Amino acid sequence: MAITITTPMSREEARTLRAGDSCLITGTIYTARDAAHKRLCELIEKGEDLPFDVENAVIYYVGPTPAKPGQAIGSAGPTTAYRMDAYSPALIARGLTGMIGKGFRGEEVVSCMKEHGAVYFGAIGGCGALLGKCVRTSEVIAYEDLGAEAIRKMEVVDFPVTVIIDSEGNNLYKAGRAAYLASLNESGE
Amino acid sequence: MREMREIKSEQIAEAVRKLCIDANCHLPADVKHSISASCEREPWAPAKETLERIVQNYRIADEGCQAICQDTGVACVFIEIGQDVHVAGSIEAAVNEGVRRGYEEGYLRKSVVLDPIERKNTGDNTPSMIYYDIVPGDQLSITVAPKGFGSENMSQIKMLKPSDGLQGVREFILKVVEEAGPNPCPPIVVGVGIGGTFDKSALIAKKALLRPVDQRNADPKYAALEEEMLAEINSLGIGPQGLGGKTTALAVNIEVLPTHIAGLPVAVNINCHAARHKTEVL
Repeated sequence: MAITITTPMSREEARTLRAGDSCLITGTIYTARDAAHKRLCELIEKGEDLPFDVENAVIYYVGPTPAKPGQAIGSAGPTTAYRMDAYSPALIARGLTGMIGKGFRGEEVVSCMKEHGAVYFGAIGGCGALLGKCVRTSEVIAYEDLGAEAIRKMEVVDFPVTVIIDSEGNNLYKAGRAAYLASLNESGE
Repeated sequence: MREMREIKSEQIAEAVRKLCIDANCHLPADVKHSISASCEREPWAPAKETLERIVQNYRIADEGCQAICQDTGVACVFIEIGQDVHVAGSIEAAVNEGVRRGYEEGYLRKSVVLDPIERKNTGDNTPSMIYYDIVPGDQLSITVAPKGFGSENMSQIKMLKPSDGLQGVREFILKVVEEAGPNPCPPIVVGVGIGGTFDKSALIAKKALLRPVDQRNADPKYAALEEEMLAEINSLGIGPQGLGGKTTALAVNIEVLPTHIAGLPVAVNINCHAARHKTEVL
């Protein structure tokens, strides 16, 4: 049974989630990938305001395809998360509680998640057509010049994710693989 | 003297336009079949569920002519031009015009930056990466393979020593797949180039990704190596999306070239499960 998450997500709520939990996210999420993260962190360094409130926010690592007429957005699946590792700790320290992406995260990000109470969700990579259907509205709120990499405010309904790394540092990539390999030994294969 | 067949550059632009859209929205039949067959065979429940979503996704893409993945890639365009063909106008300009139209009309993402350091988006997904081969005949074949960078970033090349031999090749392929883990969106297609030079091994690794996943190397020795490496990779337990399971790769496609007495280059080019490519012959 999937856990329903309504954004914004508090640190307390983030701390209740465990690696392996299936979740459905509903509410506002913000998109940002490489170029937007670089700009956000430059603003933080300068002590300037960010284009959206990061406190209790969920950021989705995605650069969607353009919407066709009648669509809120085109295809919108996750991009690989490690490229944001250099920038995530500064955002988590500012109150970011959730990140949606795919793939490995670095040690520094994980220790920052443990310290502040944040989770890393995985969405299925390469399923942009399917995931785009969960996006009800999408509006560029910053960095329009970046095209697909602009920051978008999205309203999503029942957006399917799995907790990959929780606020205690448990990692589904390790646990899932180990459980599968253990099942082979049990069945004698 | 044999007469040259004339092909207009506009024919090339139009073919490329259509191929960009088709390749990005419709997965090749062999890849679809391989994913759905893997889904049926997958013994691990969470992995099976992930594969079911992937099947659902390519069906949605097919029905709505919607991009399978939001990373509609850099357009890799493979041109095989017959020696008896003359193209009126610039082939390169025609290909890029086709990419420009296809990515705009197909609602595809523009993912190309002009300078790798300055990183300003060109806004129309050009320039494409064009590969030319001159072949006998009077036809011109165009293959468009949109290449996403989640998987491209996980690709590696290594100049092995001849003494490393076949075992060194095996170990390197497994190391690349292991290090990639969940990042390249498994189940993956593994393109391997063995031999040639530094650059040619990478080129044939990329071309290996154009071969259907159900077609083995014509040389039985390498066909056996492909089967063996697929089994090895699928015993790693990485699974779909790296969440554990049997289905880590759909296929291992190996291409080989003669090489130098002092070298054994090996390139591993990884493709995600959205292994997209489409060909038209003019």
